[in-house]
Order: sequence, then C-alpha cells, then structure tokens
Amino acid sequence: MSHKDVIDHLVGITQGSHLDGLRAQRVQARDNAQTSYLALFHPTDPVDMSLTERYAVAVFVAGLHRQPAIQAFYAAGLSAPPDLQPMIEAEIARGATAGPYGSYPEGPLSAEDKDGPAYTAITAIGPRLQAALAHAHMLVFHPRDAAPEALRQLEAAGWTATGIVTLSQLVAFLSFQIRVIVGLRALAEAS
Amino acid sequence: MPQPTKFTQAQLDWLPWLPPLPADELTPRHWDGLVDPARAKSAYFMLLARDPDILGARTRTDKDIFYNPTAGLPRAERELAAAATSRLNGCIYCASVHARFASHFSKRGADVDRLLADGVDVDLDPRWNAIVAASVALSETPTGFGVANIAALRAVGLDDLAIADAIHGAAFFNWANRLMLSLGEPALEERK
Repeated sequence: MSHKDVIDHLVGITQGSHLDGLRAQRVQARDNAQTSYLALFHPTDPVDMSLTERYAVAVFVAGLHRQPAIQAFYAAGLSAPPDLQPMIEAEIARGATAGPYGSYPEGPLSAEDKDGPAYTAITAIGPRLQAALAHAHMLVFHPRDAAPEALRQLEAAGWTATGIVTLSQLVAFLSFQIRVIVGLRALAEAS
Repeated sequence: MPQPTKFTQAQLDWLPWLPPLPADELTPRHWDGLVDPARAKSAYFMLLARDPDILGARTRTDKDIFYNPTAGLPRAERELAAAATSRLNGCIYCASVHARFASHFSKRGADVDRLLADGVDVDLDPRWNAIVAASVALSETPTGFGVANIAALRAVGLDDLAIADAIHGAAFFNWANRLMLSLGEPALEERK
C-alpha cells in the first residue's frame, strides 16, 4: 500500500523515534487505524456515499474540532466541485461551538441536560450534504441528542441504510483519529 | 422495553433504529468484517456489517487497544478511560459495559459506581482522577488535552506506553459512543 500512515504523518512521527517505538508496541491498533482510514477514504465500493461526500464531511468534522492541519489534509482530497471547499469553510464557521452537550432520557439525569445550538446547513450545498452536515454536527457536539427522527431526515434526503452506517462510521472514526493525533502530539511535545 | 434513565453497571439490551443486514445476505467479506462469527447474533454488529470493511478495521483496532496484554496501562484502567469517556458523552449503554469491565478488573465496583452516579468530576484517588481528567480533556470538542495532562499522568506513575494506552482508550470511545448513541438505543433487559 502506497499510502503513508496518516496518524504518523499528522503527528510528525519519524521512523525510530520514541513515539514510533510506542506505536510499534500496539501494531494491530496502528495498522487498523490506518486500515480504517483507507476503508473510509479509499473505499473499494463507494456507492452509498460518494468520495466527494466523504471528504466534504471530513473537512467539516476536522474544522469543527479546530484542527487546521487535519482539516487541510482532508481538504486535499476534495477536488471538485470548486465551490464546495469555501462552502464547507463557511459551514464550519456557522457550526462552531463546544461539546459535549445535549439531553438525557427524562429522569434523574435531566438535571445534567445541557443546552447548545441546533445547527442547520445551508440549502445551497444540496440535500444530501445538507442532511449529512447536520448529522455530523450532532455527532461531533451533542451525540446524546441522537434520535430515530435524525435518521429519517437522512433517508428523506436520499441516504440509504448502508450510506447512513458509512456516514456514521466516518464521523465517529474521525472523532477517534483526531484525538489520537492530538494526544500523541502532546506526548511528543512532552518527551 | 423501557429505556434506562440513569447510568448503571447492569446488563442492557441495544435496539437498532435501522434494519441490520439480514443473515442470508452475509458474504465472506461480511464475515471478515464481523471478525468474530458470534457477532452475527448481535443487532449492533449486523447493522454495522452493512459496511464490512470499516467494521472489521474498527473491531481489530478496538481489540488491540483494550486486550493487548503486553505492558502499558493495566486493563482495568483502559476500561476506566472508556467508562469515563462514555459518562462524559452520555452513552448509557457503552458506560454500562465498560463500567462492568472496569469493576471486574479493578475490584473497585463502588468507585466505578460513584463515577457513574456523580459524573466525571468525582474524587476517586489521584491515579484514577488523572486518568478520568485526561479522558475528559481529550473527549471535549474542541479538545483541551495537552502537555499538562501528560505531566499529570506521569505524576501518578504512568509511563509513556501507559499514557499512549489511556489516549487510545479514551479516543476509541469517542468512536464507539457516537455509533451506539446514534444508530439505536439502550433498553432495560426484561427480567426472565
């Protein structure tokens, strides 16, 4: 496989370094984090979620996490259409907030309910991406507000059950990958 | 079946909001994605099997982070990072599973109960507090995790492999929580 390990690349881990040695002791986790990235961003069969949709959502998610280098990495995979990149950047600015927030099922945990903004993406981005960005924003910032109605909205915008699984995996995986990068960067900085 | 309304170490069920893949549609690629054939009995894994390649890679990542027995963070504390992350994000189902594992491996079920009942600001002991605080800082969006968390983890005795394990344990549950929370819901198991 010609693809460089994305986590190593974005943390700045070089062969033979201290961090390289740590990652080598969890080689299955290292290899499968990369295999996960490849499955989502270099898929054998992207039918239910197009490559453009995958990279557009990834740029949005990295931007919501305020990680410019990771955002730029995924933006490099977003080639067309040319007006999409600035639209996603505008959506990142509109969607900016802090999480996790959201509501619990009514009961003793309701005391911990925390309000936050409800984000809606602009119509001009097209119905499928509009629904996908709204879903991604919820998953990033307030996943405990998830409800079956959110999946019905994706379906109404043309998402299949398989496409919804891929979209959910993509946002959830990035939530992992971004935190591994941030965590290992801090560890490298403290070494 | 009623929904749980508080965090618990009890066994919960999980009900999908989308149709899992029908068993008769499983191909060799799907079986590879399921990794463990017994997972074909789980609605959660059969739903994720709709995209088998990412499911397989997800599961193999998970197994190495939590089950690799060689050095690093003790299993109990990898599970503590998972439970604390799930408590912060509000995943009652994930928290139930990993609170049970944390209790089992640490024999500190009462402390784990306090984490579930009182939340991530609970005072457990210096070592557990540092692991919970690091998991919380890493899980917040945007993340507040940084060198101060590394220093705090070192101060309570974690070496760098253990710190990397804590980072991966918390990071992985930011993945798992988002799937379990958004593709279905927990349910209290019916008494048999």
